[in-house]
Amino acid sequence: MPLLNILGYPTIYETFAILPELLLVLFGCAALVLDVLLPRERKELTAYFCLAGIGTALLALWQVFETNRIRLPFTVFYGMIAVDGFSLTLRLVALVAAALAIAMAVKYLDVEEEQHGEYYALILFATSGMMFLSSGVDFITLYVGLELMALSVYVLVGYLKWNVQFHEKRGEKSSEAALKYFLMGAFSSAILLFGFSIIFGLTGTTNVEQVAGLLPGLFKANMLTTTGDARLMAIMGIALVAAGLFFKIAAVPFHMWAPDAYEGAPTSVTAFMSVGPKAASYAMLARIFLVAFAPLRVTGDPQIPGWAVMFGVVAALTMTVGNVAAVTQQNAKRLMAYSSISHAGFILLGFVAGNEMGYAGAVFYLMAYTVMNLGAFGVLLSLRSEERVGDKLDDLNGLYQKQPALALMMLVCLLSLAGIPGTGGFMGKFYLFGGLIQAGNKWMNILAVVAALNVVISLYYYARFIKAMFTGKEKEEAPVTLSPPLHATIVLTVILVLVMGLYPQPFSQLSRFAVERLGPPTPPQAAQK
Amino acid sequence: MTIQQIVFIVFALIITAGGVGVLVQRNPLYSAFSLILSFIGLAAMYILMGAQFLGVIQIVVYAGAIMVLFVFVIMLLNVRDDELHPDRHKYLLYIGVPLGLGLIAEVFYVVTRVQIAPAITDMHATGTVGTVERIGVGLLTEYLLPFEATSVLILMAVIGAMHLAKREKE
Repeated sequence: MPLLNILGYPTIYETFAILPELLLVLFGCAALVLDVLLPRERKELTAYFCLAGIGTALLALWQVFETNRIRLPFTVFYGMIAVDGFSLTLRLVALVAAALAIAMAVKYLDVEEEQHGEYYALILFATSGMMFLSSGVDFITLYVGLELMALSVYVLVGYLKWNVQFHEKRGEKSSEAALKYFLMGAFSSAILLFGFSIIFGLTGTTNVEQVAGLLPGLFKANMLTTTGDARLMAIMGIALVAAGLFFKIAAVPFHMWAPDAYEGAPTSVTAFMSVGPKAASYAMLARIFLVAFAPLRVTGDPQIPGWAVMFGVVAALTMTVGNVAAVTQQNAKRLMAYSSISHAGFILLGFVAGNEMGYAGAVFYLMAYTVMNLGAFGVLLSLRSEERVGDKLDDLNGLYQKQPALALMMLVCLLSLAGIPGTGGFMGKFYLFGGLIQAGNKWMNILAVVAALNVVISLYYYARFIKAMFTGKEKEEAPVTLSPPLHATIVLTVILVLVMGLYPQPFSQLSRFAVERLGPPTPPQAAQK
Repeated sequence: MTIQQIVFIVFALIITAGGVGVLVQRNPLYSAFSLILSFIGLAAMYILMGAQFLGVIQIVVYAGAIMVLFVFVIMLLNVRDDELHPDRHKYLLYIGVPLGLGLIAEVFYVVTRVQIAPAITDMHATGTVGTVERIGVGLLTEYLLPFEATSVLILMAVIGAMHLAKREKE
């Protein structure tokens, strides 16, 4: 509509592309107002209101796809936001994760006596940040989206109050976790920004595609004589950006915050932050490394390894450290934290592989991980009752006798997390490993073997859950709080996990649609590296 | 010597004097005031480089808002003289001085050796960078979306801070 665009302002059609985000922010603000209007015992209506908001955003997202189907991909808002397969798919994942997390939290917050509208509003704000992360194609948009998401999550981690008599201990833990997470997060954001500023200083642009166009020039041999250190500066910038992002996805050696934050946060927040923000951080990692820094994935120069080598080392470390540390944990939330660290390593394998199968595998794995992890956390949430916190591994004891159906659903989620055939987790690992092997390189084959060994280790600690549920004896009776929304969410996640495992075609098609335009065509050097 | 060079030297001396003042004052309040001096000199430097907006913001935000916050904290804590033990941290001297020298060497290296990206030198040549007009236009066109997203971010931060600070009735 060029007529409407005389002034150079974004037209209504451009604004339409971010309609889902706008709706989320609107519903978030409305939820805050609604919270004030509702009487104390009806506060949970805010949750259903926010679910409706996410439903509306999902419809809007579908409309964005449907009306723009033929002209995909394109950018709006002066090249700040991309509407392409990747952004649409990852935005879908963010919305689904948020919807499931809200549905799970409704009754849990009643038990914690912390039923406030702010909780749901913050989740909506975080989700809009996650969606900006998925669709941003400019360092500035990406950074603002990241902070919008991260700040909301810091607050959510410290959501439990100190002064509620009964939960004194929990409130203290929650505040401590939030403070640790906040300090570390702020620090990593600073490192990330430092990296961005170096890249901006070298290229003079913040747009990911323009950076991709200018970076290889810095590595040309003749640049060496005139600028001396352009290559070093570029490497430093990339390393700093990588460090900041590795922190956000909790990859080793930047994973130390995860166990504390996951343990101290309210369990419903742990469930949310282990999937939604993680998936969104991966979206940012993909957008930066698979687009902006894509030319340096593998450099032609034998003295300068591309970032694929760094990612390979980090992936191997992340998987191994996460899995080995998880083996000895007694606290279920801490164990899940280490398990999520190791999953972060698995997803990085897709980046290392550097081919379509690897990238699509990473997206598929993110989808499968989102639903299976939320399912497992749903079961942990049901253990929380007036009498106990329900975050110990022993609290699962005897679950099969009390709630056989729930125990079986937990079993499906755990088997999927471990990667047993027939579940979504298996298909995800299958694609990731396939991508590595397809790359046909000695080091990548070694990496695949390391990953396979890690699957074996992870089987051990997931089996500990299973052992507790089926053979463990409960010391003291405690009821299982299984509210209808929580129950429905767990059933839904289990169905999704099974569908992904048994009939993965629609999901693998969606992942391939997502990564269609990511990454450069593999350069010839890649084969020899 | 051009007028610009003279102005530069005057304000460079003010900045340095302010920086030294922060270090040598025994009373933290005087240190804070020295920091304001340093900030004002820095603002003049920005204006000298054609970044008027940044210069004004430097005074309003740093010399104004942030320094008020510093002074408030110092006055609220109200540390007495006998509680200050500046001698206890003598060993920091041995870490601080080499780090400072390293920083000076680094700045020297950057100033003499590093080439600025062509896109940025172009912006300086056309004189469009840093003016209030350029920033206003930028915020409402090219950077409209991040700008608006930041306002959502601030709204969210206010709500979050309120929630965390709110004490419930017993």
